[in-house]
Amino acid sequence: MSVKRDSLSLSFAVGVYGAAFGAASVAAHFSVLQTCAISLLTFSGASQFAAVGVVGAGGGAFSAIATGALLGTRNGLYAVRMAPLLKVRGAKRIVAAQITIDESTGVALAQNNEKDSRTGFWWTGFGVFIFWNIFTLIGAVSAGLLKDPAAYGLDALVPAAFVGLVWPRLKGKRSYYLAALAFICALSLVPFVPAGVPIISTALLAILMGWRA
Amino acid sequence: MSIYWITALGTSAACFLFKYLGHSVPESWLAHPRVQRINLLIPVALLSALVAVQAFTDKTKLVVDHRMAGVSFAVAAFVAKLPFPVAVFGAAVVSALVYRLS
Repeated sequence: MSVKRDSLSLSFAVGVYGAAFGAASVAAHFSVLQTCAISLLTFSGASQFAAVGVVGAGGGAFSAIATGALLGTRNGLYAVRMAPLLKVRGAKRIVAAQITIDESTGVALAQNNEKDSRTGFWWTGFGVFIFWNIFTLIGAVSAGLLKDPAAYGLDALVPAAFVGLVWPRLKGKRSYYLAALAFICALSLVPFVPAGVPIISTALLAILMGWRA
Repeated sequence: MSIYWITALGTSAACFLFKYLGHSVPESWLAHPRVQRINLLIPVALLSALVAVQAFTDKTKLVVDHRMAGVSFAVAAFVAKLPFPVAVFGAAVVSALVYRLS
């Protein structure tokens, strides 16, 4: 029982961030419909913020998609962990895939037995999906009513959200060095290469740094 | 089709593909420690680059403006272990105040 309660309270807490995405997306000139489509279909917070962020900074669709996709690769690794627990096929596998995200996997792997893991996965996955999409709509519609987004701080909302997304991933020296290096490299490239490229190119730094143990 | 729809649908397709492939390949395929390490580091690099570009650039120029005040608040809030919405919406409020006063 407590698995379901934990799943739902976490879902609500996470879903509220959807309002920040909705506002950020509209501030990057996506329509309310496009914004809601991204939350329904992409359904992966960091990828969503990244894709609209790259377009908002003047980047092309290819850079935006590539950056969003690279941030989505980790869901694939979560799926590899979840597949033997869920054992789903056909349409159910498609649904399970769509709700395989940080939170559903995190709750599932925190349980002590397989039955609770499955319950945690489905309840958290569906819970976040529902609240994330409701709050995306609320954030997008609210932001659409504002004439000058900067006067309401929406232009700071996006980088602040990225700080919050990277924060829990900073563990150990290597990640701190990489964060600092990526920050400096991206800024150094901005004046010289097309928008979006400075961001995606830092993936190379991650590959170089992760190559050796 | 506009850049906005292409981005929306392209990102969605790519993200779903990774999720679905993960459910369909044998676990051993991605068990290599190098894959695991790089997978943990890629978000660190991209998200840090996104903080930099979103907070300190305007098109192709490097700038320091009201957004820095907001992002500084967010960093302080995360250091103080405040919840995500407090940090992020607080950053918006701080940035908006600086924007209006300057």
